[in-house]
Formats: sequence, structure tokens, C-alpha cells
Amino acid sequence: MSAKQESGGRVIFTKEMKRDYTILFPNMLPVTFTLISEVFNQYGYKTKMLTETDSVVVENGLKYVHNDTCYPALLVIGQLLSAVKSGKYDDKKLALMITQTGGGCRASNYIHLLRKALHKSGYGHIPVISLNISGLEKNPGFKLGLSMVRKLLASMIYGDFIVWLRNQTKPYEVKSGASDELTEKWTHQLIEKFRHRRGLGKRQMRGVLREIARDFAAIALTGEKKKPLVGIVGEIYVKFAPLGNNNLEAFLLSEGCEPVVPGLTDFMIFKINNRVVDVDLYGGSRLKKAACTVMQRYIEGYQREMAAALSEFPQFRKMGSFSDLQRLIKGYLGYGNKMGEGWLLTAEMLELIHSGAPNIVCTQPFGCLPNHIVGKGMIKRLKDDYPESNIVSIDFDPGATRINQENRIKLMIANARVAE
Amino acid sequence: MIKIGIDAGSTTVKTVVLGDDNTILFRSYERHKACVRDAVLRQFEQASAVLPQETPVVVAITGSAGLGLSKAAGLPFVQEVFATAKAVRSYPETQDGTAVIELGGEDAKIIFFGQNGSIEERMNGTCAGGTGAFIDQMAVLLNTDAAGLDDLAENSEQVYNIASRCGVFAKTDIQPILNQGGRREDVAVSVLQAVVDQTIAGLCQGRELTGRIVFLGGPLTFLKQLRRRFTETLSLTEENAVFPENADVFAALGAALYAGDVLSGSATPPAELRKKLQSAATDIDGQKTLPPLFSSEEEIAAFRERHSRAAAPEVDAQVYSGDAYLGIDAGSTTTKLVLITPDGGILHSFYSPNEGSPVELVKRQLDEIYKKFLDRVTIRGAVSTGYGEELIKSAFSLDSGIVETIAHLEAARHFVADVDFILDIGGQDVKCFKIANRAIDSIMLNEACSSGCGSFIETFARALGYSAEEFSQLGLLAKAPVDLGSRCTVFMNSSIKQAQKDGAAPEDISAGLSISVVKNALYKVIRATSPDELGRRIVVQGGTFYNDAVLRAFELEVGAEVTRPSIAGLMGAYGAALIAKRLGLAESALITQEQLAGFTYESKPVTCGGCTNKCHMSINTFTTADGQTRKHVSGNRCSRPVTGKVNELPDIAAWKYEYLRSLNDGGDPDGKTIGIPFVLNMFENLPFWKAFFQTLGYKIKLSAPSSRQLYLLGQKTIPSDTVCYPAKLAHGAVQSLIDRGCTTLFYPCMPYNFDEGISDNHYNCPVVAYYPELLAANMKMPDNVRFFAPYFNLANKKGFIKRAGEYFSRTDILGASPKDVKRAAKAAFSAYEAYRSKLLSETEIAISYARENGLPVLVVSGRPYHIDPEINHGINKMMTELGFVVVTEDGISCKQGYEKRSVLNQWTYQARMYNAARQASQMPNTEFVQLVSFGCGTDAVTSDELRVILEGRGKLYTQLKIDDIQNLGAVRIRLRSLIAASDERKAESGREAAI
Repeated sequence: MSAKQESGGRVIFTKEMKRDYTILFPNMLPVTFTLISEVFNQYGYKTKMLTETDSVVVENGLKYVHNDTCYPALLVIGQLLSAVKSGKYDDKKLALMITQTGGGCRASNYIHLLRKALHKSGYGHIPVISLNISGLEKNPGFKLGLSMVRKLLASMIYGDFIVWLRNQTKPYEVKSGASDELTEKWTHQLIEKFRHRRGLGKRQMRGVLREIARDFAAIALTGEKKKPLVGIVGEIYVKFAPLGNNNLEAFLLSEGCEPVVPGLTDFMIFKINNRVVDVDLYGGSRLKKAACTVMQRYIEGYQREMAAALSEFPQFRKMGSFSDLQRLIKGYLGYGNKMGEGWLLTAEMLELIHSGAPNIVCTQPFGCLPNHIVGKGMIKRLKDDYPESNIVSIDFDPGATRINQENRIKLMIANARVAE
Repeated sequence: MIKIGIDAGSTTVKTVVLGDDNTILFRSYERHKACVRDAVLRQFEQASAVLPQETPVVVAITGSAGLGLSKAAGLPFVQEVFATAKAVRSYPETQDGTAVIELGGEDAKIIFFGQNGSIEERMNGTCAGGTGAFIDQMAVLLNTDAAGLDDLAENSEQVYNIASRCGVFAKTDIQPILNQGGRREDVAVSVLQAVVDQTIAGLCQGRELTGRIVFLGGPLTFLKQLRRRFTETLSLTEENAVFPENADVFAALGAALYAGDVLSGSATPPAELRKKLQSAATDIDGQKTLPPLFSSEEEIAAFRERHSRAAAPEVDAQVYSGDAYLGIDAGSTTTKLVLITPDGGILHSFYSPNEGSPVELVKRQLDEIYKKFLDRVTIRGAVSTGYGEELIKSAFSLDSGIVETIAHLEAARHFVADVDFILDIGGQDVKCFKIANRAIDSIMLNEACSSGCGSFIETFARALGYSAEEFSQLGLLAKAPVDLGSRCTVFMNSSIKQAQKDGAAPEDISAGLSISVVKNALYKVIRATSPDELGRRIVVQGGTFYNDAVLRAFELEVGAEVTRPSIAGLMGAYGAALIAKRLGLAESALITQEQLAGFTYESKPVTCGGCTNKCHMSINTFTTADGQTRKHVSGNRCSRPVTGKVNELPDIAAWKYEYLRSLNDGGDPDGKTIGIPFVLNMFENLPFWKAFFQTLGYKIKLSAPSSRQLYLLGQKTIPSDTVCYPAKLAHGAVQSLIDRGCTTLFYPCMPYNFDEGISDNHYNCPVVAYYPELLAANMKMPDNVRFFAPYFNLANKKGFIKRAGEYFSRTDILGASPKDVKRAAKAAFSAYEAYRSKLLSETEIAISYARENGLPVLVVSGRPYHIDPEINHGINKMMTELGFVVVTEDGISCKQGYEKRSVLNQWTYQARMYNAARQASQMPNTEFVQLVSFGCGTDAVTSDELRVILEGRGKLYTQLKIDDIQNLGAVRIRLRSLIAASDERKAESGREAAI
């Protein structure tokens, strides 16, 4: 390891690089991240979302990341390295970007592990950009302006909203693929709207959300009996990313279930709220608390728009709010439980149970530290309090075979059917 | 209507045919040896006799290998736990059961039946420990089968503590017990007990097993002693332990019953069923495959010719007369012995599985050698190495013993003088070392994983009904080796399961396994990223490399030709013999032919009562013909049971533990008692809280000292079986406080630790931070018990004083006045400071002591709670025994300031390790080891970084993985290798200085 790396020096993404460097980043939420990628491009970046899922991804991950590191790090780094090594991109004009949450979980370390891996494989010159809301690492060539942040937030809201609806029509659609087509159509329309700075303010957003809901409501459904609802919660990457969870949503669909996946918005609010809670619990800057509260309220306002748009369509499931989750978790975990998905994960399970979806797949990477507590650690309490809860905890890692995972999920589904 | 249930499991296929009245017309249980679909078809043919010709029948398939079959055959599938529950509910004998424990080949399940008819199931997840396959694997170690193991267990005297989570760990536990002369009977019963413990620990997850328990599955049907272990461990009365008839085929029964209930509409004539099963048997799914190992027989011949060149000098043993040297490698699974001439020619060699008693094997060999060579040969030196080094040395009065890593290096040098990389893959060890400047530069041993080892292939070959040799030959010409990935055995088992499901042939599995073993060794143990990293002159050795498929896979993977000595499997013994020669003795002390004639030996298991470690020891007594007896104690951690004295070298880990335990008031008779579980961060913060509560007028009461019993006390409330052992102990600690009548328990949640200014942030790991909340949610607290788990951040002194004032003044908490709380907080902070400075001065004293006496210092780096003797199993004692002065990371970390790391340096405890490593590398005559608890996620980050820090500064990095396993055999090897490597480095720099 060079002296530069040892002293923690990192390759900076400069203004010059912004002009002609391609920025690769891993997929996590297919819809939201497609929007985000386009937002970046609208501000002069050249981004490319990676969706490769072949076995080279895992191989590269195993090769360059410590085996006991969490599975998401292994996949994300494997995916990025595979792309770097694929020869498809000029590595002299290449940058990588990953999200960084900060906080006491191992996940905050992904970016450092990625740099180590790049260094080891001879690509130490490639800059890595941290995408975070904590101001963790700064790059002169990568700045998030206010208008860009608005578009990014809007991407998250629209992404959550579309997936929410799609999951409810897809299991019942008459014309196979109709929901996915509509998702695609709206993704394109939103990109165009963003380009012209439309659909961003709350009022405009309300209108667009209604339009989206109307379109999904218009999808012809078979009218068959409601399928068992199966909630997905868990560590954020394996919860959302098809690569991380062996395409769990598709599996649930193929097993005749309707997946319910709480979105990214609550997680984002949760991460901001953590800072407010820190000041409440341990003392600290009131100014910081006030600023974070403003930010939290702002996103909660967007969240209310989603709920409002949905209220006009009783055929769709209601969307909860962050304050609902805060209320539900009382008596289970403290608000100070913030590493990884923290109390939010348990709260999402509670919300699912309360909203008629007590069948839950709780996903985590093998050996996930926070999930020992907020996932597996809470299942017994939930079962005691809500005997109808039917939760299966699934570990994901490169060695865990699909057959084993699917077998366990099938058991949960068989139980769900009996309960009906 | 006739109903058929087919249960295609991981190792067996079960078929049941039920008649109109649900009587069993046919039942069959057989091992499928990887050919699932053929076995199903065969059973179906057998069942045909009882099936009607024309009348349609119903069928349902279940089992872990059944899903693929059902898809391929287009027949209905029912989830196996669901099927089992169905059967349990249908028979009077079992229907009032409260829970089912079912062990299968690779599955273990508990099904709980709730009062309102609800079912709750627990299946083993990614871990296959504690299953039938585990028992099979362990039986192989004892050179018997599962039934033989059961017979052995009947005559047991004591139960050893064996980890069953993973075959690897169990083997690590069992091998030394066997090698040190433990009784096979006791090992057998311990294996079964381990299965019971694993089932209960892994699957109960906070729910108690009470009432009538129904036991199902093959192992529980056939193994009487396993039943007994379960019944006794769960304290079940005879009527509450139900072992129903046909327990081995219950899932198949359930599938048949399910078919009868649900599928009557889809009945099919038997002939059509047969067709569907036949087509499934020939239908093979697309399977991920790898390129073949060889493309032609010629290629194999050329490969063999090349490797035959690396041979020991020829010597005619029949006529040779002169000096000779003896080397014995009492390895983990095999015993190796060679007798060589001064130039390294082999006069006699021996390689055999231990079959439980290496002493007996060596005795017979010595006898043979004496008879064969009579007076022609004079043995001038005899040296032993390997796990059983000391036992053999003491039994036969050898001249010396040498740690195995050094023996291997010596041997490798004989073949490639400037070897720079040695990879030794043995039965259950992978050893790998790089050599730089003629000294061992780094050592890597497998600890968490046995899939890079040979015994896995062997065990698997046997399970498929082949010898290891046959199985390896099969693989050479496999056309499409299965891609099994690279990870631990347990996971590999399920990958193979999947491959079998997809119809892979045994030869493809054989080749695939060889490739996996190599990949594991390379990427899991060695952690190489490219072949260039390994070195240019590579010697591969160990019994596993006799397997040409493995050797070839290795060469293909690293893309280079390597040297495999013809005596690859004997290298340890060969090296020992070469070292015996180097001793330059005029006469060897080796047992003489006369003495050997009447040699007898006896081994007695005892438990040492000298301290809390409660070492399980074996006292071996050797008697020779002339009536001389020698005793050898094995399994001990310190010299107390041998010499009656404990080594008195300074040991900061021991000092800290005693100091902290001495803070225990044992509670207050007037009831003003705060119970504190002495776990995790309490090993750091106890002085703080003691002073805090003392100032408020309370006495503290600590949980009982950690022990195996304490762990078992809380075992059933542990929800996550993959969490680290230190966290698991917290359950027992809290229970012990409750059991001792403590009604006010305090254990705060602390996401933040103290900020020592040496890191980018100052967190605790998530487990340390939030475990109190997990305990509150999973442990049964009596109504009168109050469990206080508030959130505090001690790094923010002002914030803490305010927050603690609010919290402890609440009348439902302590009702203390905020003013008193402020005073208490101040006292607490000073007490903590006082503890820290005391620790630093004690550390100074220890280091000066080392300097004055010319002793090496060992920095034992881990978390504060690693000083718990139940967590570190007395490693610190072993260290002082080996001549080290022991200091801990927190005593020297403050000697270094902040430095940017290439990983995010955000945990206080972990940051101390980085600084301790930097400090250690500046201290003369000082070595560094890292203690890592199995399952510790943060150490996946720290261990690589520590290696970089140390190796970048010319120090050796040594990692010791610790777990609930008591045995320290591997730890000892590492420490001794560390000493040897460090000595060699010193000698080397001495030589350089001389030039």
C-alpha cells in the first residue's frame, strides 16, 4: 500500500473530470435510481447505472473484499470492479460513485473498502465519489446544488410511489407486462418533466402523483381473489436490490403473492431524524437540530402528498407516514437505535402487521450486526404481541443458495395461506 | 383413493403409499447418493406392486430436493415442514404434541404448535450444523458410521464441550481430544450432545421447549443415544418424549395425507406418474459449469510425469546401513512418520489416518522399524511435530518437538532451496506461509472454514460411496465441473445439494469440489487477489495434494507450474527428521527396542479445578518394559496442574479482569442494589457506573462470572445464532442476576463510546450499542424486575449530566435529586479516569519488567470484553506460559495520536487496536496478536487494516479467532509459529549485522 493510501489520501474528482468522465454507480432501486441517473445527466454528469448480475460480480467481490464483510459491500464492489475491468470503459476517464450513510454500522465503510479494492487491482487512480447527505467527503467536481437536490428528492418520491402502485397491479393484471410498461412510460415522462423543472414543487407534484395513480388504476385487472400480501423489510440493499435478494419481488410474484415493499422515503427521513434525536438524547447543537427538523418536515410534506394522492383511490393500499412509524415503535425500541436501519426496520414490520400484511420476509446480509437486534431480535416480541405475525428471516450471502432461501419463504407463504 | 407421498431430502429419499383408510401399504427410506431422481424412480418402481393398474392415484412431493423434482415432473409440491405438521396432527400418538424436533440429513427443524392451532416453525438457516450430515461427518473421524457412533456413546464417561455449529469447529475440538488420548466413547457422546445444544440454541430462538415433544427424522429414529441426549437435556419425562412409529418417513406421510385432502381432483393413473418421473430423471437443468481440468489422457500423463520429478533421493532401504533420523508428524487427522538417511533418502515412511489413537500407531511403527533395520541403522535423532507433538514426544522420549509450520518449511527447502511460498493442505488444516529473507514472513491458517481442506472432499466422497482416490480420479476427466462457489463447508453442502437437484454427475461434483477447495484456500484463507502475490517458487504439499484433481485445479487457478514433492503428504514428518539431523546429537534419547516391547499406555480424562478455566485434561501414563513410567498432561492451559505453580509473568488482561471483578459489592442487604450484567462494554465502563451508583447510595451486584454454565443459562433466549459469543453470554448474565433475586437491573444503550481523539468518530459497534434492547425484548423478566436500558452518551459530559439528571430523578426510576445525580456523574467520570490511569501505569510496569528481564512483550489486541476468561478461554495464560509479558491494546493505544486510516476509523475500541499496532511496531522485542470473536462484523474491517499497519512496519500480524470453543490447539500453533518466525527474523538480522 502506498504512502498516499496509508495516510488516507484519496483521489479527488476534479472540475475537469466532470466534463468527460463517466461515473458508474450500482443499482439499488431500479425505478428510483434510473430517475436519479437522469437527474445527474441533466446537470452535466455522465452517469451510468450498473445492472450486471452475472457471476463475475460475486467472484470479483470475493476476490477483492474481505469474505466476512457484509454481502452488499461484496456485491456493490464486485459490480463496480467488474465494470471497471470489463474493458467497456476507458479507465482514465472513469469515476465511481456510491452512497455513504455514515453511522456506526459497517456500511459506512463501503467506500473505503472500494478504494482498497481498486488499489489492490491496479485501479487506484480512479476517483470514487461519495453520495451522502452528511457532508462526509467533498469533491470540487461534484457539487449538489439546491435545484439538483430537489430533483433527487422528487426522484425518490416518484420512485416510491410508482413501485407502490405497480406492486398492487402487477399480480392481477390482465395483460402481462402492463404494469411494467406503465412504469417505464412514467419514468420517461418524469425525466422529461424534470428537464423542464416541472413536477417538483408540492402543488405540481400532487397533480402528477394523481395522474400516475389514475393511470395505474386504469390497468385492467383480472378481478381474481386478493393474493396473500407479503411485506419485505430489511437491510436497505438486500431489501431493495434484485441482485442482493435474488430477485425476491419476482419470486413472490411467481409464488402467487402480492409484495409490499415500504419505500426509501421513510429511510431518508429516518436518517435525518436521527440527528434530531441525537441532540434530544445526548445534547448538542440546537442549530443543527433545527436545521435537520426543517429538512425532515420538508420531506414529510412530500410524503403527505403521496398519501393525499392515494386517498382518492380506495382500491390502493394507504401509505403510512414517518410519524405513524414513530408512534408504532414506542415500547419496542428507543429512537436512539439508529445504526443501519435501526428502529425503522422493526417499525416497518409493525406497520405491515397493522395494515393487514402480517406475512413478512425480513432480509439481511449474513451476519448483519444491526439486524441481530432490530430484525431477528424483535421477531419474538412481535409474535408475542401479534400472534398472526408470520415473519421469516432470510440471510443473504454468496454461499446461501436460492433453494434454501426459497424453501423457507415457501413455508412462510404456506402458513399465510392457512391463516386465510 | 391411493395416496403417494415422496420426500426427496438432502441425503435420503422416502416414499410412502397410503391405502383408502390411510393404512401404510408401502414405505421406503434410502440414501440417494446424489442421484435423487433415480432413487425416486426406483422407489416408485418398488411401490408399483401395491399400486392399482388403472385407478388414478394422487401424489405430492416434498423435501429440500423435491422442489426441482416437482417442477421437472410437473407434479404438486408441498413444503416439508407443512407436510410434517400435517402428519403430526393426523395421528393420535402425536397429535397432542406441543412441538416437533426433526433432524434430517442437512436440515434441522423445530415446529411449535400453539394453543390456538397456530404453527410456528424454525428451520436451520444458512447453517447446517447439528444435523444428520454433521453426525455422519463426525462418525468418519471416529472411523465408524452414525450407528457405530451411537454404540460408542452408550459407554461414555464424560461429555466434552464440542461446537456443532459447523463441522470445522467440531473437528478442531475433537481432533485434539483424540490425539491427546481422549476416549472415543466420550467423543461420540459429545458429538451427540453438540447436536442437541445446536438444535436448542439455533432453533428455539427465545421460545421454550416444554410439554410433549415429538421427535422425527432419520437420525432420531436410528440413534438411541441421540434420543437420550435430547430427553435428558430437555428434562423430559418418558411420556413427554414421543418417538412415533415411522418417524423417519413422517414428511412423506404428511405429503401423502396432504395429497389425499387437497389434490383428489388431480388424480393420475400410475402409468402416467411413472412417465412423468422418468422424464424428470432424464431432464437435467442448465447448471453453471466450469472448464474441465484436462482435455485429454495425454495431458494427464504429461502432468504426472512432470510432477514425478520432485522426489526424495533414492536409497535402498534393504541394504542401507549407517545413521538415520526419525521424524513424526502427529497431525490432526493423520499420523505421518519417516526415517531418513543423512542426505534425506527415505528408509521408511508411514501415513495413516489416526483412527483415534496416534500413540498406538507410532508404537507399532517403531516396533516395525526396529525389526526391519536391526543393527544396520542407528537412529541419531528423533523429533515430533503436529497437534500431537508433545504427546508423542513424551510417550516415546523423542529428542525434541518442533512447531509444525517450521517443520514444513524445513522440508520444503529441501526440494526448492529458495522456496518463497508454501501451501500445505491437509485433512482439516490449510497452512500457508510466505518466506522472505529466509524467515517466515507471514502465516495464514484456516480457522473459520474447512472447505479449503481435504477431509471435506474425503467425507463427501465417502458419503457418495467412493474412496477418496476413486473420487479424485473421477474428477480428472469430468467434462463439466460444477461451479460450487467458494465458501464454508456448510454452505458448500447446500450448493452441492442444489447441483444434485439439477442432476450433476458425481465426476462433475468431484472436479467441482477440487476447484472449490483450491479457490477457498486461495481466496478465503490466503486471501490472495492474484497469483503474482503468492510468490514465484511455490511448493504445495499436504495429503490433499496427492489428489491430482486438486493439484491441477491449483495450477490452473494460479496459472503457474508448482512443485509437489513426491512425499507431499509426509512433509511435516520429513521436516522433523531433517531437524532431528540438525540437532547433531551423538545419541538419541528415543525409546529403545527393549523398552518398547512392554510399552503400555493409559489415558485418563480429568477436569482441572485449579481455576475458572476448568480445563478438560487428559493424563496419559506411559509404562515401559523396565517398569519406568512417564506422565504427560495434555489439554491444560497453564503449568499449574503439572508443576503446581502458575507462571507469574505480568499479565494485564488478568490484572484488568481481577480489578474489575473486585468492584462488585455483591448487592446491598437493605435492598438498595443495582444489578449490572458484567458483559460487553461493562468491561470498560464498570468503574464509571460503580462510582455513579455508589455516590447515589446504591451497591452494585455483578452477574456471575462468565462460564459455560452461564451461557447455557441464557441460551434459549438468544434470537440470533450468528451473533458473537460475548453478546450471547449477556443472556446468561442477566438471567443470573434475576435468579439471584436482583430486581433492579441497569444496562444502558450506548451507540457512542468515549472520544479518545484517535478516530474519525467514536461509536460502539451495533451489537454493543443496542444489545440491552434485545435482552429486554427476548428475556422473560418477572413482574417485580425493572430493567433500565436508557440511552446515554458518555463522550458528551455536559449532555450526560443533564440527561442522567432527568432520567434518574424520575420517580419510576430512582427518584434521585438532579443535584445528587450531577455529583454522582462527576464522581463517575473521575473514577473512570482513575481506572484508565491505573491501567496505564500497570502497563508501564509490565513493560519495564519485560525490559529488565529480557522478556518479549505480547500486545493482545481485542475488545475490553476479550479479557473474560470464558471468552478468551485463558489464552493470556497460555501466552505467559510461553514466556510473554501480556499487555492489552487499551494500555498502549494512547501513546499514539490520531492518524488517518484507509478505512473509516469510527469505533472507539477498534481505533485503539490501530494505535496499539502502531505503538507495538515501535516497541523492541514486542509482538502483536489480534483476538477476533467469530461473527464479529467489525473485525472484517479491522483485521485487514491491522495487517497493513503491522506489515508496513515490518512486524508480523497474527490473528486468533475465538469462539465458544474451548480448545486452544490452533492458538498454540499460531503463537509458537509466531515465536519461531520472530526468532528466525532476529537471527537473520543478527547475521546481516555480522556481515
